[in-house]
Amino acid sequence: MTFFLVSSAIKVFVVFNLIMVGVALLTLLERRVCAWMQDRLGPNRVGPQGILQPAADGLKNFLKEETSPAMADKALFTLAPIVSFVPALVTFGVIPFASPLPTRWGVVPMVVADLPVGFLYILAIGSLGVYGIVLAGWSSNNKYALLGGLRASAQMISYEIALGMSTVAVLLLAGNVTLSQVIAQQQLAHAWFVVPLTIGFVIFFISALAETNRLPFDLPEAEGELIAGYHTEYSAMKFSMFYIAEYSNMVTASALMATLFFGGWDIPFTSWDSTGDPSVVKTLATLAFFGLKTFAFLFTYIWVRWTLPRFRYDQLMALGWKVLLPLALLYIAILAAAIWFTRIQLGWEYGPRMAWALGGLNLVLLIPLVWWLDRGRIVSGSVPQEAA
Amino acid sequence: MPIGVKVLKRPTKQTSYLRATLKGMALTFSHLLRPKVTMQYPEEKSSKDWTLSSRWRGTHRMLTDEQGRAKCVACGLCPQICPANCIKLVPGEDEEGNRYPLIYEIDEFRCIFCGYCQEVCPEEAIHVGVHYENSEYSRDRFVYDLERLSAQTHPVSTLWDPSDPKGE
Repeated sequence: MTFFLVSSAIKVFVVFNLIMVGVALLTLLERRVCAWMQDRLGPNRVGPQGILQPAADGLKNFLKEETSPAMADKALFTLAPIVSFVPALVTFGVIPFASPLPTRWGVVPMVVADLPVGFLYILAIGSLGVYGIVLAGWSSNNKYALLGGLRASAQMISYEIALGMSTVAVLLLAGNVTLSQVIAQQQLAHAWFVVPLTIGFVIFFISALAETNRLPFDLPEAEGELIAGYHTEYSAMKFSMFYIAEYSNMVTASALMATLFFGGWDIPFTSWDSTGDPSVVKTLATLAFFGLKTFAFLFTYIWVRWTLPRFRYDQLMALGWKVLLPLALLYIAILAAAIWFTRIQLGWEYGPRMAWALGGLNLVLLIPLVWWLDRGRIVSGSVPQEAA
Repeated sequence: MPIGVKVLKRPTKQTSYLRATLKGMALTFSHLLRPKVTMQYPEEKSSKDWTLSSRWRGTHRMLTDEQGRAKCVACGLCPQICPANCIKLVPGEDEEGNRYPLIYEIDEFRCIFCGYCQEVCPEEAIHVGVHYENSEYSRDRFVYDLERLSAQTHPVSTLWDPSDPKGE
């Protein structure tokens, strides 16, 4: 018991700090990648290659004046950043980030809390984050902030459904919601879930972009039309907390994508990492691979942000309700039938054979999907051509 | 959809957001690896693509003769032509009858850097220079006296030559 408490406390401390440092570096990465994509250099003055820029930004935010609008609802105005900040950080708790670490006192699983409800916990807590944004928008007593908050709530509710639906496929295949079990299944089959669930991954990725309010789905902020939306009235550390919440949501979403679809801390083309006795080398190697996968998704997030323009509000809703949701439902139906057929009719266990068979099915399904998307009527004008 | 939004009928090729997205992603990624155009200013003041023009009209400079005296003969043409009225000149005369400026001050804040003073000067004494970094801690430091104007070492402006408009 003492061992469990002490190891958990250490893990909480380390993971919290890693995420905070990671988020700080991510803000720098965002600015530098953005600059590079625009043929600029970006912030490179504070420390070597600007590595201390986040520290300077943080210090600046501490020293800034805390403004508070006269007509704002003080209690909720103060509460909103906290409500946004806390769920963003605690969701990472159930994601396994490395293979178990052996210590002198026992083996420590490299996950803060390996909850049996694992993935459901992330969905539940993750959707709490929207309260922070809505409360911020409402309590500011500012029309732009309110519009931002309203958009955020509508958007997050819409895309949460598609997000949840796309993961149902994972759960069908893994037969478990515990994330460590999901990883174990993927290692067992020597095929990550992205192979049998390609379309599910695509839906998940798009919905995750929307859930974290990143471009092209950053309507709650929309600096061009809503002057930064829900956090218009916030300054100093309160603003910073929204900022950190946004980026740690990004980290969690990336880590989740890596876990659900790309094998988590699994090292590809070898079973060395998941079999045999746990060792420190294995833990470090798997941690590196997990970091690499998460980083790849974070980079994609940034890459997408500096490439695509923002959706119009009706396009956003159309994509969410008319495309992603039916697509996800249809996909679950097809996949459930396929799993039923292979498992019950053919009597296969989940393994490489089943993974690649389902992968083939996905490939076949992708062809009409891409053809249909390529018609380009998905997010264009929402009125019939003749009515224009 | 709000009233008055016109939805254009476009060929499929143009409405394919999928292709446009992939194309855009490829474009931004290619830019990631391209050489950057940023000039690292305080360390790097000119590059092979860009350098300050020799016609740049910046901080003034008073040229001096071999004895280190200002070439100015206090003729009064530059304060006369100055559209911003920023030159203060008090003339003096020595025993041999040579005129020289007792006081010669240019207020760099009032100056509009038109370069007329250089154009009008018969002795080629006052010049505008190819120089632009003149930050100071107080406003009165921006009134340059004769000593300070003579002490400047930056190259002087070539100005625009009507007979050679392209500067060749």
